[in-house]
Amino acid sequence: MVELGKYAGPVLAAYGVSLGLVLALVWLTLWKSRKMRRKLETLEREMGLHG
Amino acid sequence: MSIWEYANPRKFMQTSAWALPWVAGLAVVTLLTGLVWGFFFTVDDYRQGATVKILFVHVPAALMAVNSWLMMLVCSLIWLIRRHHVSALAAKAAAPVGVTMTLIALFTGAIWGQPMWGTWWAWDPRLTSFLILFLFYLGYIALWEAIEDPDTAADLTSVLCLVGSIFALLSRYAVNFWNQGLHQGASLSLAPGERMAMAFKLPLYVAMAGFVLLFVTLVLIRTRTEIRARRLRALEARGRMA
Repeated sequence: MVELGKYAGPVLAAYGVSLGLVLALVWLTLWKSRKMRRKLETLEREMGLHG
Repeated sequence: MSIWEYANPRKFMQTSAWALPWVAGLAVVTLLTGLVWGFFFTVDDYRQGATVKILFVHVPAALMAVNSWLMMLVCSLIWLIRRHHVSALAAKAAAPVGVTMTLIALFTGAIWGQPMWGTWWAWDPRLTSFLILFLFYLGYIALWEAIEDPDTAADLTSVLCLVGSIFALLSRYAVNFWNQGLHQGASLSLAPGERMAMAFKLPLYVAMAGFVLLFVTLVLIRTRTEIRARRLRALEARGRMA
């Protein structure tokens, strides 16, 4: 395990906040993408535009 | 083949569908390599101790905070000059990624600043210009949401983007313009002076590449979502008229 000494708090907090924000952004991006694709596919099917 | 062919939404969707798995895969590998290398396999700095490990998230995030805005500037100019919808949608798609990067840079900077400078925050040129850039990002996103007509929203947000570019550039070069404040000079400058050791520089380059690839991946996915949303609105409008 890496030895962070007296700076363990700041270092872990910096990585924790960064990874948390990046993961939240990735999740939100994928969730919105899937939601929009489903909505569009449904509408295209209803309008007879999609094979 | 002209680059403007990619301004066609259908062509963009085809090309991005092909490129996305490769870019996303490369982003995951590069990002993990850079962060694991930086966190686990670098030595402590003789002055900053273990806090030097914050470098591997702070600097790439700050790089992308500024570069996201510059990418939005290029897309906004293309929209204003050539009226290509994909470029306006790409600028819109990049803003949430850019604001997240700016937030990461501000947070990690504050967390790093406390043990090194003895304060979480100082009204230093670079810190202040980054805070203003963050506020510009919020304003840009809010303006897109506030205007119903997408073309008008694209016009107004493009103008806001041009104005905000001054702060994006200031964020990058503030330490060169004003020789004051707590923030150090550029981490990877070519100018003579004290240089970063290779032991830190190499993992930093990898982490930076990882952040760039993550940005490209997310912007591609988000632009595809925006193109689909635009098509959905068009079909709904067509349905209402029928």
